[in-house]
Amino acid sequence: MLPNQAAPGAPTVSPPFWLLAELTYQCPLHCAFCYNPLNYDAVRNELTTGEWVRVMREARALGAVQLGFSGGEPLNRDDLEELVAEARRLGFYSNLITSGVGLNETRIAALKNAGLDHIQLSFQDSTRELNDFLSSTRTFDLKMKVAKLIKQYDYPMVMNCVLHRYNLPHVGKIIEMALALGAEYLELANTQYYGWAMKNRAQLMPTREQVREAERVVEEYRARIGEACKLLFVVPDYFEDRPKACMNGWGSVFLGVAPDGVALPCHNARDLPGLNLPNVRDMALGDIWRTSHGFNAYRGNDWMQEPCRSCDEKGRDLGGCRCQAFMLAGDAAATDPVCSKSPKRDRVDQVIHFASQGGAGLDKGQVIEQPIVFRTNANSRAVAPGIIAGNTSGNSA
Amino acid sequence: MNQPRFPATPALSRRFRLQWEDAQQSHVLLYPEGMVKLNNSAAEILKCCDGKTPVDQIISNLEAKFQASNLRPDIEGLLAHAYQHKWIE
Repeated sequence: MLPNQAAPGAPTVSPPFWLLAELTYQCPLHCAFCYNPLNYDAVRNELTTGEWVRVMREARALGAVQLGFSGGEPLNRDDLEELVAEARRLGFYSNLITSGVGLNETRIAALKNAGLDHIQLSFQDSTRELNDFLSSTRTFDLKMKVAKLIKQYDYPMVMNCVLHRYNLPHVGKIIEMALALGAEYLELANTQYYGWAMKNRAQLMPTREQVREAERVVEEYRARIGEACKLLFVVPDYFEDRPKACMNGWGSVFLGVAPDGVALPCHNARDLPGLNLPNVRDMALGDIWRTSHGFNAYRGNDWMQEPCRSCDEKGRDLGGCRCQAFMLAGDAAATDPVCSKSPKRDRVDQVIHFASQGGAGLDKGQVIEQPIVFRTNANSRAVAPGIIAGNTSGNSA
Repeated sequence: MNQPRFPATPALSRRFRLQWEDAQQSHVLLYPEGMVKLNNSAAEILKCCDGKTPVDQIISNLEAKFQASNLRPDIEGLLAHAYQHKWIE
């Protein structure tokens, strides 16, 4: 096989830009909107330090330059410092994506020493009550301490807060908190409905009015604070009439590796049926990126159906999100139903309408108990028993 | 009063890392979860922003290096752009 050559007839393959290393699914938080797979608890055979080092080397050789250490909670791995040091040697720009739990002064100093470039700290809300409720933990005060440590060690700080119907009305206070803590960037990430978030969609989906109001508040702050803190706010695409160009195109810039070595063209690819996802334990990363079935299934636009196939906007949104198409239209190759040209757009409108009626709990005037399902190991086993999707190589259980 | 268009002795911001990327065949600026691909002249100018060399010296150094004259407008334009985007401080 010639280098940089994909399967015959396949589109030209550009280098991956972003390697996401999901070091572990284990996490001290239990967030109701986590995008991890429901059956994460079935994944036990985490890649070893040596295996991660090989993955990083191969990804760097392919041209990846940004590296995210994520999970789960990456600080749960005690080899994180070692992996960061290797990332630095390889020339990656390394990002730690963390809840902050486990980040004490000893570890942050060691990470700095190892060459970690940046820390992204998640918050669930500007208030202790809602932060602790949504993550089902008592972590708010700890996160405030970690934010101060991040500044003390002179890291650029990106604060991340996932938004939904409970905290959208607090968006002004969340921005104030980011300013007070000295964050350089604030990602106001509207919930994407995958994994646990999909499970809890009825509880989390905001109303159109909430989203528009939050957008207005963000605009107001942008005008006032200028470059002091960059506010990133993306309207959840359920409320748009065109889908997002998901992952900037399948197999285009993003290469995720799950804790058990399954290589992912998008964060939630393991929930898609019929995808033969390769495992880094079986295949070199270059072959995974260029020629594997999983990474070519929706690359380019030959796979598209109508109305995408003949649409003059297909180069802009690339047909939208495959996971959303599967979850809402029942076919991963369908047009993302967020698009107003999709014959299934009514399914998105139903969800929005349901939210405007008060969401979960109200049905024809009757209160129906539908509690939030927190992401816990026990709930993982209860809601999604059985084998996890993806190449099962190395599964010992 | 007008803000200065760029610092008199510019330094690359510690918030950015400048490096050569083989895959891009160009110099890039790296920052949290992002990258700016630089053209050759932007990279040459930013490499001079060491926090010690004044702008006039940077200009004469680059004019000597590339055997060119009247680079001032281009260099000052790039420095203004870089300062606006906080690449230099």
